[in-house]
Parts: sequence; C-alpha cells; structure tokens
Amino acid sequence: MTDDSSLTQDRKAAANGQVPGAAEAPAPLLAVRDLRVVIDGLHILHGVDLDVAPTGVTALLGRNGAGKTTTAKAIMGLVPRTGSLLFGGVELAVLPTHLVVRQGIGYAPEDRGIFAGLTVAENLRLAERDAEPAYDLVHELFPELRKRSRQAAGTLSGGQQQMVAIGRTLLNRNRLIIADEPTKGLAPKIVSEVAEVLARAAERVPILLVEQNLALVRRLAGRCTVLADGRTVHQGDTAELLADEEASRRLLGVGSRRASAAAEQTGADGPARPVESVTEVTST
Amino acid sequence: MTTKSSITGTESPTGVTVTGPGGTSDGDSGTTGRGRTIPRTGESFGDGSTALRRALRWWPIALLILFLVAPYSALPVPGLLDGPLGSPGSLQLIALCLLYGALATGYDLLLGRTGLLSFGHALYFAAGLYCTDLAMLELRLPLLPAAAVGIACATLLALLLGAVSLRVTGIGFSMVTLAFAQAGAILVQRNPGGLTGGEEGRAAPADLLPSSLVGIGNTANLYWIALGYLVLTLAIVHCTVGSPIGRVWAGIRENERRVEVLGLRPYGYKLIAFVVAGALAGAGGVVHLLLTGGATPQSATSDATLALLVMVVLGGSGTRWGPLLGGLLYTWAGHRLGDLANSSAVADLPAALRVPLSQPLFLLGGLFVLVVYLLPGGLARLPARLRAARAGSALPVRIRGNEAA
Amino acid sequence: MNTVVLLVCTGLGLGALYFLVASGLSLIFGLMDVLNFAHGALLSVGAYAAWWASAEAGAGFWWAVLFGTVTGTAASVLLELAVIRPLYSRPRDQILATVGVGLALPALIMGIWGADARPFQPPAALAGTVSLLGAVVPVNRFVLMGAALVVLVLLRLFLSRTRYGLVVRAGVEDRAMVTALGIDVRRAFTLVFAIGGAAAALGGALAGLYFGSVNPGQGTGLLIFAFVVVVMGGMGSVTGAAVASAAVGLVQQFANYYTAAGLGDLSVVVLLAVLLLVRPRGLTGRLA
Repeated sequence: MTDDSSLTQDRKAAANGQVPGAAEAPAPLLAVRDLRVVIDGLHILHGVDLDVAPTGVTALLGRNGAGKTTTAKAIMGLVPRTGSLLFGGVELAVLPTHLVVRQGIGYAPEDRGIFAGLTVAENLRLAERDAEPAYDLVHELFPELRKRSRQAAGTLSGGQQQMVAIGRTLLNRNRLIIADEPTKGLAPKIVSEVAEVLARAAERVPILLVEQNLALVRRLAGRCTVLADGRTVHQGDTAELLADEEASRRLLGVGSRRASAAAEQTGADGPARPVESVTEVTST
Repeated sequence: MTTKSSITGTESPTGVTVTGPGGTSDGDSGTTGRGRTIPRTGESFGDGSTALRRALRWWPIALLILFLVAPYSALPVPGLLDGPLGSPGSLQLIALCLLYGALATGYDLLLGRTGLLSFGHALYFAAGLYCTDLAMLELRLPLLPAAAVGIACATLLALLLGAVSLRVTGIGFSMVTLAFAQAGAILVQRNPGGLTGGEEGRAAPADLLPSSLVGIGNTANLYWIALGYLVLTLAIVHCTVGSPIGRVWAGIRENERRVEVLGLRPYGYKLIAFVVAGALAGAGGVVHLLLTGGATPQSATSDATLALLVMVVLGGSGTRWGPLLGGLLYTWAGHRLGDLANSSAVADLPAALRVPLSQPLFLLGGLFVLVVYLLPGGLARLPARLRAARAGSALPVRIRGNEAA
Repeated sequence: MNTVVLLVCTGLGLGALYFLVASGLSLIFGLMDVLNFAHGALLSVGAYAAWWASAEAGAGFWWAVLFGTVTGTAASVLLELAVIRPLYSRPRDQILATVGVGLALPALIMGIWGADARPFQPPAALAGTVSLLGAVVPVNRFVLMGAALVVLVLLRLFLSRTRYGLVVRAGVEDRAMVTALGIDVRRAFTLVFAIGGAAAALGGALAGLYFGSVNPGQGTGLLIFAFVVVVMGGMGSVTGAAVASAAVGLVQQFANYYTAAGLGDLSVVVLLAVLLLVRPRGLTGRLA
C-alpha cells in the first residue's frame, strides 16, 4: 500500500518537471501512420497513428485487447504489418525484425521474452550488439543480476526476469526502448522498483511504454496515445487526459480518480490492472 | 484525432469468428483462402459471367457420360495412351488413374478440408486391400461380403487409431500417424503366420471372384467399378464438405482455437473426417484388389501415403477437383514416364538428361517441390491466380504484402 | 554372455548411426520447426559420395568418408538456401518441400547407380573383428560409436562455447525473441542445416561400413527410427538424442534377437506413437 502512495507523490514531481506543454510538439522520434495488422484473416489493427516523443516516456494506453501489444509487435516486425513507421528518417515497415532492432530499438516484450534454459549472463550476452556493452549501467541498476549471473533465467522470480528483459535493452546504446507492460504480474514493491529504473532510463533514452497501471503512467509519461478497437482514438498530454475525468472514462473506460483508487485497492494483492478489471463488463 | 465511442467491443476472437469458418464456401471458387482477408475479391468474382457459368455447371455430368462410354470407343489417343481408348491396356491405366484420383480426393478430406497432415493414410488403404483379400482367401467369403469385411476393418482401424492419434495436434499428429502406418507396413512385410505373403503379397483367389471381373476381356467392368468408386467418393466428399460438419472442418483448418471459442469440440469433428477418409481409402483398397488382382506390401508403405500427398498438393488441396486432377496426372505420369524411361528416345540422350528422365520419382518429386514453391494452390487454383494476375497489379501487390510481412 | 555383448555392441553401433541422423534432425526441428523429411536422403548422399570416392575414384577410406561428409554438408546447405528459405513464412509447405526432396534425391541416386545395393569395401584394418569379453565383435561397431561420440562432444562444445551455439540454444526456446535482440536467426538456420547434413552424411558414409553395402533407400529407411530418437530425446536436445539413440538401438537389437525378427522394429515404431501420446510435449520439449 505504502509503495503505491509513494508512486502517486513521485508522479506529481515528475509531471511538473518533465511534461512538455501540449502546445509545443517537437518532431517525433518515431512516427507511426496508418499501421494495420491482419493475422489469420483477422483485422487486429486498422489504422494506428502514434508519435513517440524524442525525449521522456510516451505511453500507449487503451483497454485490454485494444491492440497495444500488437502495435508494439508490429513496430518490431514480429507480426505482418502495413503502413508507415518512420524512425529518424528510416522506414521500419519494410525491415525484418533484426534490422529494426539494429536501427537502435530495444524491446522488452509483454511476456518478458526470457530464455529460460540460458543463464542470466547468457541472456544478456545474447543481446550484445555494441562493441562495448554497458554492463556497468545494467549492473548498477540491477545489482542482483550480477549476483545471479550463472543462474538459469527460468528459475528467476518474475521481477528478476523483468530486470533481465529491461537490462537487455539498456546494454546497447539504443535510440528507443519499447517496454510492453513491464509491471504486469509484479508485486507492488517490485512495481515501484521497475518504475524507478524506467524513470532513470528515460533520462538517457526515450521510451514507448505500454502500460495498464495508470498510476505508473501518471508518474512517468509525458505524452500518450490511446487505442480502442485497433485504432488510435486519442493523442495528447497524459496529465491532461488523466485530469479530465470525462475523457478518461470515455477513452480508458474509467475515471482517473477511480483508477488510482482501484490501483490502490488491487495493488496489495498483485498486479495492478485497474482499467481491465473495471471495464471487463462493457468490453464483451 | 478521432474520438470514437468504444463500448462496442474489443479484438476478442469471438466477435469475428462466426463469419469466418461459417461463411466458407466450397473451395472450387479458388478464392476461399485469401478471398476473405480481401473482401473486394469476392465481389468481383460474384457478378460477371453468371449466365455462362450456369451453362458450364453441367460439365461434370458431360464428362462423366464421356467416361462411361469410353470402353465402347476405339478412338486412338496417341501420346496419352498406348492403345486405342477402349483397349484393355488403356482402360486398365485409366481405371488406375481414376482410382488414385478418388483416393487423393478422399485423402484431401484430411489435408485440404480439415487441415490434418496425416502421413499414415496408406494404412487404411492397405487394410481394406489386405482384409478383403484375406477374407476371401482364409474365410472363403465371396467378393461382396469380403469387401464389406475389408471396408469395415479399415473403418474400424481408422476409428481406433484416429481416436488415439488425434489426441495430439500439429506435427505430433503427423508423426503418430506415420508411426502407426510404419508399424502396419512392417507387419505386412514380416508376413505374420504366412497371412500377408511378405514381399510377394497375395493374389486374390480367382475362383471366388465373379467371372465377369476376371480376365483381360472384362477390363471394362473393372473400369466401371473404378469410375463408380470415384463418383461415390466425389459425392461423399461433396456432401460432407457442404454439410454443417464440413463448415466446422473448414473452421478447424483455418484456426482450430477459434472453433473452440465457439464452444465446439474440434476432436469429434476431426475424428469424423479421419474415419470417413479411412473408410473411403478402405473401399479404394477393394477396388485396387480387383484392378490388380492381388495385395502387395507396397500399398502399405509410407511412400504410398507420400504419393497421395503429392497428388493432392499437385492438384490443389482443399479444392473440389484438384485432388482428382492431381491423382489422374500423377498416376498417368508415373506410368507414362516409366514407359518413356525405357523408350529409345530417352536411351539415346546424353547421360545428364537420360538419368533424371529415367526416374519417374525424381521427376515427380522435383515437380512437387516446384508446385509447392511456385503454385501454392496447386493446379486447380492456377486459373484463378492467372485471372488475378491479369486483373491488374493493385490486388496482387496487396496479397503479396500480407504474405511477405 | 557372448551374445549379449555382441548384441550390446551391435545395438550401440546402430544407435550411433541413429544419433548421427537424429542429432541434426533434432536441432533443425528445435530451431526451425521443420521436420526434415529429406534428412534420410542426405544420409544417402553421404553414403553414395563416400562409396563413389572409395570404389570409383580409388580414394582411401578416410578420404572417402571426408568426401562423403563434405558432399552431404553442401547438399544440406543447398537444400536450406534453395528450398527451405524461400518458404520461410509457410511452415507446412516447408515440410512438404522436404518430402518432395526426400522422394527425388534417392530416385536420382537410383537413376545414376541403379537400385541394387553396391558393396562397400572397408579397409583391412576395419574389416576385422575384435574379441571383447569372449564375444567376437566387428571393428566397425566401434568406429561408429567413436564417430558418434566425437560428434556429440563437438556439438556440445559448439552449443555451449560459441556465440552461434548460444543463438541456436536461444532460438530453440524462442526464435522470434532472438530476432528481437537484433540477431539474424536465418544464418543460424543455414548453420544447423550444415551441421545436421554433415552429421547425417558422416552417418551415411559409416553406414556403408556397418551394413557392408550402400543402397538408395537406406537413408529413408533409417529416418523413421531417427524420428523416434528425436521425439524420445526431446526436440533440440543433443544429449537427449544421444541417450535415446542408444536406447532405441539396444531395444531394437535385443527385441529382434530374442523375439520374432521384425518385432524390434515394430516395438520401436509403436514406442514412438506411445511416447507422443503420453507426452505430447515431447515435440516441444526444450533444450536439456
């Protein structure tokens, strides 16, 4: 409980310092236009537009099943996609996954993508792309990973696995990190640890954050994009959106105040996923 | 920035599925697989030459009549057949072609209609073949009861082994069916109790066969039996595929999980497909026994299943006429290429050309790879693909985009 | 006792042959989800290349084995690049294409050298027998076991000590995630095909030694038993394949000897079905 309230306090500070005003819109680092995904004849995304800000955290929001994870996968080229994905002048939509990554994009997937049979050190070694991987930074942020470097990654706790996943993205000098629900299924104490790491990482590299935990989003995110039914339905300032109770309810299915309340309620017994839990009834 | 009210629903699979497998038409239009992802395709095929299509709908009947009267014809077909159309040699070859066309059509119930890659279909063919033969040889049953026993054995075996094999999915299913079929092939080879005759196989007892089916002069009767078996197979496949069960099969083929989401249990439906296909293969075994006058262990080998697979893929799996076309072509080519290999025209060729040309299996295997690679829908979908290619560049580009990405 | 020792040696020799085929098969399936039906044909390519080098070109035995292995490796790499890779987004068609190659290659060999078995002359040193615990065992059994052991050790070193080995092990677990770390996993595909082809072709060259002759259908005949080994040992697990191939070879030899001939083959094939049914995850079981 205490951790979540500390989150809320931090959030105010971050929001005041970091978030750029809605009026100034710097050229996006990654500009997604009309992103479409069809899998097995099912149209999953039909027209996602998304701008990732060149600094700080950009949040990708939406109800469960709105297409957030698919959007992240489509950017990475892990699902067949059409549309335009302009990343610093390079069109990603025509590139296979490994070349997307080599443009300087680190990806921490929803299921963490840990190789369970490999050791922690091997998991990290696999991610090395730079001549001098930043092990110092990773081990400073996650001292535990150094201690457990010879342990099989499959035997780690969920939080430790998430550290490996994020650590892999910080090992190289990436220009963008895509983190898909990094706090999913984590205990509240770990959630705030991960939040801390993300905040520090965001100081050096921009992050596209897919997240259901609105408290976390409120703390970290500057701008946000909201998806519904595989489309972009809102782009704008995160703080403004969460402050506008009517818009929050309409776009995210929940009032912002209720969202934080729900987060505090569910936070104690595991994953804080207020949006999902409240809107379950309306979405089916 | 579109602000759209989003209470309607999510991407949850349930919402979309109902129209997916349910709306699948029979595969002969050639657009089933991709037509749905690109709605415009379906529309453009719908209108247009409707009147012509209606008139042409009767071509299978016309073709059937032609096939029925073929034995009365003395038309020479140089190149295609050695003797005139109605000669025993030609009729025997055409009958074999029809038989394999029918077998491939039955096998496609699994591969093309339900999406099950079975490597053990020859087992049920061999079961029908050997059980009928043995019922005559060992039990001294006349042909018809023996055939009933043979088909019943094949059906029962398919029910039993299908019930077991279908407990695993994907490539696991393929390997279990392969293992069972291999066990059957080994059994037949080892000649337990002198029953199967080992390598030699066992000839059907001439004294128990009706005299109208024995002797080279009666080849026409065997030919008509093969034709009848083909018509029966086509009818059964057509009816089952068009039935509600067939629509569930199509759903399983497209996406098994979505069928489960609809509250249906794929297992039972797959088992029906497996048993129907097994029974048809068993009946094919009976026809084969009559046509060739005996049972040989080659019928049980995994090569026999692979041959069926090649036929189906060559002709076009999941289409109405494709497997038949593939079966006809493969069987005819197999025989004709064998003759070609021994002909003087090939013998005079330089070794680099002669050696590959003298091996029908090499040509067929190579052709198979080419079809898989260049003609994913098989020969039956070739006209539709050509039409799409001619219709302009916009559509194919979209299709390719979806596939490649 | 003599019989048991001989059966053990023969079973292990046969198991070694299975291992040479199955290890590559297992890695290929584990990494790429392609059940390579052409793998038996690769063995035949190795066998005939070695036979040709030894009987027709007059090369020494070990040079012939090397030539067979190299030829098989080249054929395997060609198979991956020309047939498998263009079908990358169509997994079922990949399997079908390997089926086609598996039919065509032995037929081509048959076309060139005939359907009959060709006798394979081993060098004098390997043609003899040794006495072991009172049993007279042909030397070639130990050659096969030795070759399988060397391949096992080399494969394990490759998997545990090299970066590509790491990529292969990770790819067996989650191919997509490997690409999401910026690694071009397709190079690893070609590599495992090369390794698998080399092992199978080596098996083919040594199969000539074991059976005393080569014939076009040899590889395809061994393939089904290699499948058993792969499923038993767990897909993508080299050590599992080694243990399973020894077990399958022994079971087969003992069952064939002590019960009716052919029952050993039958029992092994039925074992495959039972294994898959009892443990359907055997196919997806990850690297040990």
